[in-house]
Amino acid sequence: MEKRGLAPIRLKIQIIYTILTNGYLYGYISGKIYKGGMKYACVPGLNCYSCPGALGSCPMGALQNALNEQNLKVPFGVLGFLFFFGSLFGRFVCGFLCPFGLVQDLLHRIPLLKKYKRKRLPFHQVLKYGKYPVLLGLVILGSSVLFTGYVKMPAFCKYLCPSGTLMGALPLMGTNSQLRSLAGGLFGWKLGVLVLLLIVSVMVYRPFCQYLCPLGAIYGWFNRFSLVQIQWTKEACISCGACQNACPLQLTPPEISVSPECIKCGQCIKACPAHCLQYKSMGGNKLNSNDIVTDITEDM
Amino acid sequence: MTYWQKKSSGKKTPPVWAVGLCLGLLFLGLGIYEGDLTAIYKKAVMICLECIGIG
Repeated sequence: MEKRGLAPIRLKIQIIYTILTNGYLYGYISGKIYKGGMKYACVPGLNCYSCPGALGSCPMGALQNALNEQNLKVPFGVLGFLFFFGSLFGRFVCGFLCPFGLVQDLLHRIPLLKKYKRKRLPFHQVLKYGKYPVLLGLVILGSSVLFTGYVKMPAFCKYLCPSGTLMGALPLMGTNSQLRSLAGGLFGWKLGVLVLLLIVSVMVYRPFCQYLCPLGAIYGWFNRFSLVQIQWTKEACISCGACQNACPLQLTPPEISVSPECIKCGQCIKACPAHCLQYKSMGGNKLNSNDIVTDITEDM
Repeated sequence: MTYWQKKSSGKKTPPVWAVGLCLGLLFLGLGIYEGDLTAIYKKAVMICLECIGIG
């Protein structure tokens, strides 16, 4: 792996991934959604399956749909996708493979409201746990016990998910007058949530990912042991703080990669003057030549 | 544990990510058997009214 990591090409990867997974152009023109076989599979990131261009299924939507079943059973299919992507990537998915993450990244680049630009919201240490109540309350409990009439509802999608509003509702309503005529108070609420998050994204780095995303909460649990890791070589570290300054989430070197907040964007690797941070796959028990030399001299 | 101790111990435990990956594949297999993927597909090919703020 190149020393400077993937950070310089992250934006390109995000854009290419978003186009590839939302490339059903006919859907944008016709106001209809893709109905092909690729929708049997979930994509790794938060990607509304009602986006006219979406070629895959959203893992959060699919999880809630499984919990909406009258006879509660373990949703093995969705768990399979989550374990698969989580074990390989952890929150690397958030950094590289999430269209809504890309939108927030682009908004944060806008050189407006510079005076208010910050990496975190006040009370970050408390607010960062907000994604767990969203996961437990809206996604799991909400989808299991809340009803619309006699039908259970996907509570997260219905009341919070900004990806559904941005990538699903707006393009569909733009081309489908029937849907537009049905928009009411709930749509107004969801649009309000989206607009608020988009405005805050200009000032704060990825507010939805940091404080609200239930998928980020799930992948955060995998972060510590996923295949893709950023390795910090403590011995080579000169404690200059460049990595923490460059980190969009202000993580310290021991937190990088293992913290549930780290999205493995690689900015720390790019910033490190001592080259003590690098992408590495986990589990190889790799030791460098210096360690071996040290061991030999200790044995002697 | 030093490099040489690791080398001579002979025990190879699979990395945790590999266990997670195998679990993921097992769950996917179970999901296919239980028809979960068909349920995902059926939901994904209809416009989700809740997702777009109508339902």
